[in-house]
Amino acid sequence: MKANGLLSASQSVLMAVVSRVMGIVDVPLRYLQRKAGQNGMAAFFLAPNMAIFAVFVLVPFVINFVYSLTGGSAIFLSERSFVGAEQYREIFACGNYLDPNTCKQDVFWIAAGNTAAFVVLQVSLMIVAALITALILNREIIGRGFWRAVFFFPVLLSPVVTGLIWRWIFQRQGVLNAVMQGLGLEPHDWLTERNSAFFASIGVSIWAHVGFYTLILLAGLQAIPKDLYEAAQMDGTSRSRVFWRITLPLLMPNLIVVLVLALIRAVQIFDEAFVLTHGGPGTSTMYLVQYIYETGFASELRNPGLAAAASILMGAVLVVLTLVQMAASRRSEKKGAR
Amino acid sequence: MSRAVDFVTRRRGASGSGGKGWHWTDVFTWVWLIGGLFVMFAPAAWLALSSFKTPAALSEFPPSLLPYVTETVKIAGNDKPSPLYDVTMPDGKTARLVELRRVGIVAQMVDPASPETVIKVNIKDRKPVQKLHFETSNYTEPFVHFDFLRYLWNSVFVTVTATLITLVVNSMAAFALSKYQFRGQNAVLIVIVATLMVPLAVIMVPLYSVVSSLGLLDSLWGVILPTVATPTGVFLLRQYMLTIPDELIDAARMDKASEWQIYWRIVLPLSAPALAVLAIFSVVWRWNDFLWPLIVLSRSSLYTLQVGLNVYSGQLNVQWHFILAMTVVTMIPVVLVFVFLQRFIARGIATSGLK
Repeated sequence: MKANGLLSASQSVLMAVVSRVMGIVDVPLRYLQRKAGQNGMAAFFLAPNMAIFAVFVLVPFVINFVYSLTGGSAIFLSERSFVGAEQYREIFACGNYLDPNTCKQDVFWIAAGNTAAFVVLQVSLMIVAALITALILNREIIGRGFWRAVFFFPVLLSPVVTGLIWRWIFQRQGVLNAVMQGLGLEPHDWLTERNSAFFASIGVSIWAHVGFYTLILLAGLQAIPKDLYEAAQMDGTSRSRVFWRITLPLLMPNLIVVLVLALIRAVQIFDEAFVLTHGGPGTSTMYLVQYIYETGFASELRNPGLAAAASILMGAVLVVLTLVQMAASRRSEKKGAR
Repeated sequence: MSRAVDFVTRRRGASGSGGKGWHWTDVFTWVWLIGGLFVMFAPAAWLALSSFKTPAALSEFPPSLLPYVTETVKIAGNDKPSPLYDVTMPDGKTARLVELRRVGIVAQMVDPASPETVIKVNIKDRKPVQKLHFETSNYTEPFVHFDFLRYLWNSVFVTVTATLITLVVNSMAAFALSKYQFRGQNAVLIVIVATLMVPLAVIMVPLYSVVSSLGLLDSLWGVILPTVATPTGVFLLRQYMLTIPDELIDAARMDKASEWQIYWRIVLPLSAPALAVLAIFSVVWRWNDFLWPLIVLSRSSLYTLQVGLNVYSGQLNVQWHFILAMTVVTMIPVVLVFVFLQRFIARGIATSGLK
């Protein structure tokens, strides 16, 4: 009771202060409103957001193109020399286009190849897992809210925490190897062997994100009219037929949106994989964003122009995927309206 | 009894599939759910349990589930407390002895009651006496001897400041975009949509040069400012404000309220549910941010928890007992958000797909 009173007292004090400040702010703004007119105030309300937006998103976006046409290691654009399409030529200088090792920027192509393999495997496995989980959570099960929370839990964790949790499990002396030994299997160097490190990064990223896509698919499943299922049951339709003929077709719009969303996110894989393996062993878990980061900032021979060119190539892929997503979600909206 | 089992296991729709019994999908459902419970929760729980172990217990293989330490006894003549063991004596009895020193596979041990008579024991014949012990210094040491208190403060500062600024500037922009008619409104909307396509990874190189030319490198403001004008926030709030009836605003104008008063006394309070959702998301986003702080912050006194954890865990000799504890600390706010606000977030994702 007492604590409550204290809380509400401090709340009312806070409100009084806020209202005082807002009142003081109001004086010059009334003057501004007299000058600019009622509708002119819209510009005032937009200004802070759009100014921040322009400086930190639009300007970098535009100068990224200019940046990719310059060379040297200087940061400021004015100190950089114009080299034309040299950076792009550098990226595409390959002896044999089927073998990344013959390219001048072999690490870029290895990172691109890794990312492509990662995207295909991670997205397909994750969508299947998310679909199965959503179908299960959509059933009449005891404690549905609890189970939903179980699968959603890792979504909120930071990628660094996720990476460390799994590094601790996968390490040489880790619990996974202890379990393997208990089962009579040979312990394995999960994060220092090329293939297992790659698959570990895929598994960890599925673990971290599957709950997010499950939630979207679950919302889609719950939007399917119940009477369709009742009618099917009355007709004695088999469960598998109900799934293939009712559930899947009606869920398809959501599924496409989720698929493209997952693709867009998977192309940008960086944080958890970086903390898990730092791109290693060798370059086996080096993905595109890490390549851009290391070329632009981290390595001794940094080359911001090359990093900018690489980021524009990645951006082009993302733009295509986003356009697909917009078309897909527009189609699903139309379907929903019908 | 069988009726009780029946009650617990009965499902709707089971009769539709031809009488009683478990359809294979029912079995699969529970296998998936129980398996999911283990796979989703066990890793984080294992990390939390491990974070209470001593470095010695952490280097054990195979590891024990709970944090144990070997019990020790102070013996006259030894500066440090000596470890206790249960020893199987040659006559088959067990005795509780203290190790004085160890030479190869033979340990010189004494009975704590009569420390004069030294007994030589093969190390195969003894087991350490262990007790449950939570090593809390894993949590306190990094705060006292390393910079983790600073990192924690930096993370809190970035999260709180960025979220407050986000709420203010996004709600102002959303107000302008939902309650006014002006030229170029659609253009502004389109520009905002378009930036949803421009993730940080694509513009980080030029953004770095912009931030450094503004003198914000190695400053927490360089982390905060580029993140605050979120397009998702503007959209979420705008969609919500469109549902606030214009009549309210017209009535306020009749009463000579200024536009600013309309914004903060009418529209803002009425948008509280949407603001709450955005606040929750913003807190999680900013707390978890990693790549951009990693680029901007190079002075170690400015690291956020995420960057600090990455740096310490990347050292050659990883001090896992500290890393694990600090990972748990980094996890706490997000777990709190999860426990108390999970429903809001679930609804936010389901309705708008934002993350």
